[in-house]
Amino acid sequence: MGRMTLDDLRKLRERKKQEMSPRDNADKTAQVIIGMGTCGLAAGAKETFDAFVEALVANRLDHVAVRQTGCMGLCYSEPTVEVVVPGMPTVVYGKVNAEVARRIVQQHLVDRRLVDDHIYDKPAADWTAARPAPAPAPAPSKS
Amino acid sequence: MAIKSYILVCGGTACESSRGAQIYEALVREVQKQGVVSDAQVVKTGCFGFCEKGPVVKVLPDESFYVNVSPDDAAEIVSEHVIKGRPVARLLYDRSQSRKNARIDEFDFYQKQLRIVLRNCGLIDPESIDEYIARDGYAALEKALFQMKPEEVIEELRKSGLRGRGGAGFPTWRKWVFSKDIQSDEKFIICNADEGDPGAYMDRSTLEGDPHSVLEAMAIAGRTVGARRGFIYIRAEYPLAIRRLEVAIEQARGYGLLGKDILGSGFDFDIEIRLGAGAFVCGEETALIASIEGRRGMPIPRPPFPAVRGLWGKPTVINNVETLANIPVILLKGGAWFGAIGTPTSKGTKVFALTGKIVNSGLIEVPMGTTLREIIFDIGGGIKGGKKFKAAQTGGPSGGLIPEAYLDTPIDYESLGALGSIMGSGGLIVMDEDDCIVDVNKFYLEFTVDESCGKCAPCRIGGRSMFNLLTKISRGRGTDEDVEQLRTIGQAMMKASLCGLGQTAPNPVMSALRHFPQEYEAHVRDRKCPAGKCLDLVTYFILPDKCIGCTLCARRCPVNCIAGDKRKPHVIDTARCIKCGECYKACKFDAVTRG
Repeated sequence: MGRMTLDDLRKLRERKKQEMSPRDNADKTAQVIIGMGTCGLAAGAKETFDAFVEALVANRLDHVAVRQTGCMGLCYSEPTVEVVVPGMPTVVYGKVNAEVARRIVQQHLVDRRLVDDHIYDKPAADWTAARPAPAPAPAPSKS
Repeated sequence: MAIKSYILVCGGTACESSRGAQIYEALVREVQKQGVVSDAQVVKTGCFGFCEKGPVVKVLPDESFYVNVSPDDAAEIVSEHVIKGRPVARLLYDRSQSRKNARIDEFDFYQKQLRIVLRNCGLIDPESIDEYIARDGYAALEKALFQMKPEEVIEELRKSGLRGRGGAGFPTWRKWVFSKDIQSDEKFIICNADEGDPGAYMDRSTLEGDPHSVLEAMAIAGRTVGARRGFIYIRAEYPLAIRRLEVAIEQARGYGLLGKDILGSGFDFDIEIRLGAGAFVCGEETALIASIEGRRGMPIPRPPFPAVRGLWGKPTVINNVETLANIPVILLKGGAWFGAIGTPTSKGTKVFALTGKIVNSGLIEVPMGTTLREIIFDIGGGIKGGKKFKAAQTGGPSGGLIPEAYLDTPIDYESLGALGSIMGSGGLIVMDEDDCIVDVNKFYLEFTVDESCGKCAPCRIGGRSMFNLLTKISRGRGTDEDVEQLRTIGQAMMKASLCGLGQTAPNPVMSALRHFPQEYEAHVRDRKCPAGKCLDLVTYFILPDKCIGCTLCARRCPVNCIAGDKRKPHVIDTARCIKCGECYKACKFDAVTRG
């Protein structure tokens, strides 16, 4: 898109708002969001990112989007990763290296069980408000 | 079969200590016993921030919140809630008579953080302008361009009570008015991103996580005061923040949100990045301007203030990253909304970088008026290794030390000033019983002495003299007169230095003399360092009657200066000892002592 008019900007905002909210999104998409500020990158977030992409491809999980974001504030537990899956609680995993990333893909995204020993926090209340927790979804269609 | 319920048990320190671990185990047992392993998963999570009523258990997806749970309740939670889908009413948190099953996000005191500056950090992709726009990005610029007059923007800022987050706390609207009211063919907006305090990374994280919020605020400032060019002065040591800013500026230009005729409004504004070479003094606004102009970074006396005569002699608004990041939200939600947050004199929130001897080091944003105790113990999780809190230094190397007795002071610009500290940019360093106050003072003074530009004598000579006195005291050669002299020089520096660097450099020492006089007395009168950090004052030796000759200390010693036969008392060769303290930590019989 090139230079915008006021009207273009408003339309773009409305469209993107829809897309960013999983509840309003027609094809419920899971998200893996990796904190990639300086603290995260220093702790190996790049390797974590690559591991997620590889593992998701290997498991053919096309519905999961991998995204980067800035520092989540939990610098003591970098790399941190937020996983949003419809019908499951949204969690922030900490100390996620490549191996833990593969476990998260298998256990959380495929088997739909939380990876208990790496949960560091739940997202702050204002985040959950910004990205509404997905409504309880029926069991995934693959089962 | 897929999991239907998730039973979250708080694994925070407070709940763990009130039997959270047993409850977790009991729930796991019950889930197995009642045969619902494939329906429910028991999960240990981080602190819910609701420790007063711990242990707490939350069941998803219906978000039932149980308080004061005991291990005996596990069976009922599983049989009633998981299997029959009926929440256990007697355990539910009773928020009001009408609403028994409160959602956790609605608790009044749940989660003490409030993210305004960091609203998008950790949420959006910082390299996607679309995601920023989706989070109401550039909506405030829209407002400033098409709906509000410059006077109205300033009025909202005045109502908001926003003060400069770079440290000094000057009302932001005043700076803008100064520049706006001057007739000039050219004006400038500068974003001060020269964050140089050791241990502080608030601005870096904001720029890395949400660069557009700063660009948008700069454009609003430009529109309001009548400037068409902006500069971001950022340390070259922040490569990721620089790259994300470059990407953001490129994207904003592509969309026509920077550059000529923004959104067809006729307003032109563009932003350039200037890299600083890492001099601490360049965070001072007049030194920063000199650096952008290509001169050596040294401050000049004010007034005239940069808002009147700044970059290349033109009116220049200089705002810190955090200050700017607040502005789009203030325009969207209104100055009154922002002004309702915080204390009577300090509005809104403050971002802190929590570092030092703290469990959850990290980046937090809390409303002004939050107490240090809440920040350190509730959000920060307390002191590492269960040690005892000694002091917190706010404001980085220019701030003061705050002792335990004042932990309950609500934090704002004035209350910190009254304690002999400053808000500063938001570095918050926590110290425990193992830290020596004299040693810490010396460390930070060494930094400010090193970073002094040398232009004015009080800072150049005073800082060095204070550092020499501290060195003398830390070596056990100090006198009461030396301590008195520290105080005299410190006061002179605070009054007579040209800029904030010299004026605040004595803060750590001055506050320590006020709040921790006993530490200085121990070093001067007893020639002792109670924390064992000032190595010249420490000797390690072994008490022969307590030593059983286990040889552990000798094996740990990195310089092999501990000798002795098995089951016979050992001896430390103090001439060769490097005073690392490993033997002291290793001894299980309290035989190694420090004196």
